[in-house]
Amino acid sequence: MSQKFLTAGKSRRGLIGSLSDTNLLMSITIIVFIAMYLFAIFGLGSGFQKAQTFFNILNANAALIILACGMTLVMITGGIDISVGGMAALVSMSSAVYLDMHSGSVWGAMLISLGIGLAFGLVQGYLIAYLDIQPFIVTLAGMFFARGMTTIVNTNPFNVQNEAFVKLKETRIIIPGMGSYNKRGDYIDAYIEIGVIVALIVVAALFVFLKWTKTGRNFYAVGGNKQSALMLGINVKRTTFLAYLMCGILGGIGGFVYFMHVGSGSATHAAGAEMNAIASSIIGGTMLTGGVGNIIGTLFGVLSLALIQNIVSSIGLDQAWWTGITNASMLCIFLVVQSVIIARRKKANLSSSRPAEAKGAK
Amino acid sequence: MSQNTKNNTASSIITAMFRKQIFIPLAALLILALFNFIMDPSFFKITLGHNSNGDPLLSGNIISIIDYGSELAILAVGMTLVTAASRGQDISVGAAIAISGSVVLRVLCGTNSRPDELQAPIIVAFIISCFVAMACGAFNGVLVSVFKIQPMVATLILFTAGRSIAAWINNNELPVVTDSTFSVFGGYIPGIPIPTPFFIALACFVVIFLVLKFTTLGLYVQSVGINEETSRLNGLNPALIKFITYVILGLCVAVAGLIKVSRISSINYSVVAKDIEMDAILAVALGGNALGGGKFNISASILGAYVIQFLTTTLYKFQVQSDALPAYKAVVVILLVVLSAPIVREKIAALFRKLRPARAEQNG
Repeated sequence: MSQKFLTAGKSRRGLIGSLSDTNLLMSITIIVFIAMYLFAIFGLGSGFQKAQTFFNILNANAALIILACGMTLVMITGGIDISVGGMAALVSMSSAVYLDMHSGSVWGAMLISLGIGLAFGLVQGYLIAYLDIQPFIVTLAGMFFARGMTTIVNTNPFNVQNEAFVKLKETRIIIPGMGSYNKRGDYIDAYIEIGVIVALIVVAALFVFLKWTKTGRNFYAVGGNKQSALMLGINVKRTTFLAYLMCGILGGIGGFVYFMHVGSGSATHAAGAEMNAIASSIIGGTMLTGGVGNIIGTLFGVLSLALIQNIVSSIGLDQAWWTGITNASMLCIFLVVQSVIIARRKKANLSSSRPAEAKGAK
Repeated sequence: MSQNTKNNTASSIITAMFRKQIFIPLAALLILALFNFIMDPSFFKITLGHNSNGDPLLSGNIISIIDYGSELAILAVGMTLVTAASRGQDISVGAAIAISGSVVLRVLCGTNSRPDELQAPIIVAFIISCFVAMACGAFNGVLVSVFKIQPMVATLILFTAGRSIAAWINNNELPVVTDSTFSVFGGYIPGIPIPTPFFIALACFVVIFLVLKFTTLGLYVQSVGINEETSRLNGLNPALIKFITYVILGLCVAVAGLIKVSRISSINYSVVAKDIEMDAILAVALGGNALGGGKFNISASILGAYVIQFLTTTLYKFQVQSDALPAYKAVVVILLVVLSAPIVREKIAALFRKLRPARAEQNG
């Protein structure tokens, strides 16, 4: 199901039909995001008019953006990785223990995070790509392993006191000209955390990688159709392996960014992050069937999910369960929309290819 | 010469044993039992005691395995069918148990969270929870069969929302049933020393075996799992069959949910049946069923479920924390799937073939 195949018969279907799947789904997401934000600004007022509200969404979700980017890579190749949330919890707990109980350095903690991510990526990638085991089973085991290991590393949650780390955690990058005045009339600068910069760099790098590098294009080819990719001379196994490896490393980076945001280690950290990452990718236009996806869409997917949570809590539905329910219903809607789009395109392709066959027969 | 043939028959019996699907869970069970026997023979001790009412009851590790393994075994039945038909697993069973258990309590307690007497008969509460759990199964089933979403992703929706919905049903209160008849389902029937969940599980097995024996469900499920397109061309409706397996799993969930809430006469939304989806999938895999669908063997899955409970009890006995359990089980899962992966199997088979002629030469 490559993009070209799906967009065949372009002339028959006007503007919407001329968009490729990923762009169509991504446009829907961006439009929904902007519409929701406008609704929030004009309908709910006050809080949403401040630029800082937007930056806070970014601050709180920088880690999720990175995790979702890794997820998008894997999903483009037609797989899935549900171990990222557990990985983030393991990374934050290990870093916390290293920093506080072994008085390690921040650089060491970063190396540990990357190491954990790398190890997960290597093992899972090898099992999935070279031993041909279902990705869901492998990464489900990975998720449970990571969660269990987090408890084994340290049982009780605790805040990190390490000075160098606390300094890093509280570093704020001030954005000039976007601040606002509080009730007493003092000017407060708008700020973002370091994690946001990391997340944006990851998004930019992966965008370039997927769009303009040979390996990046191979990801789409493998996800679209393994058999044809193999016939084109692409090393399918290595490409799949690379996707999981990159997802693992991004899991490590995302875990550390998460750790920088919360500054503590706990076995319940990043609970459900894998689900949010998958939902964000899907909402951003990545198809579960593989071969279709976009990093920018994923970025907006994460932002949409976060925004909807903010809106839900600001209109008074602030009980804990609403978050789960809104997330799930959003995922459900987008999944169904995707499957309907796929079905319709298949039909359209069938009907447009039939007359051509008839002509050829003459 | 005769020695050679003897050798051959012996090896063919071994290969035949290997081929039998139930061999894997049986071997795992034997290894675990042997391990426990060597470490501590008292593991198998069963004692007959009396509870505060003077009723006899058995206790011991084996009893606790057949007691606490019941929910898992019931779920493994449904999960096997779902796996066989839809080539994927339902990961929302834990969350669905929370929902159905929550419904049971809601009906029994009404709006008051700690009533002095039951607001409705237990059977009514159970039937309503059956419908709710079947609706959850139907929701997953529709996503999988009609919208053709991968099972694990489709069930991810309920996996996330389930516990939230369960909390929402009871307004996040924790209802407690004080009536003692309710605790029978997760405890003991007065006068019978064997825990009730075991009998409930047994009843479920009998029902499913009768269904598989006297209807074509089993055959249809296999055929859809092996090749959906050919089944359709043969006049089956693959979507409907997949849908039915999810609804059956919903029923299993309702029964498991009743046992779960009956055990403590209350519910903890975030903890009840936690990680049970992992165990259920593991039971199916341990039973030697292909996780990629197709042929299945329910009795192997059931045995697999009890083996996993055996493993859990063993780990608990070695003072492994309950939160750390998943890590050990994950290692077991990975070992299992690696060993059952076709590529690895081929390599092992090739290795055996290499070894065998060498041995024959030695004998000659």
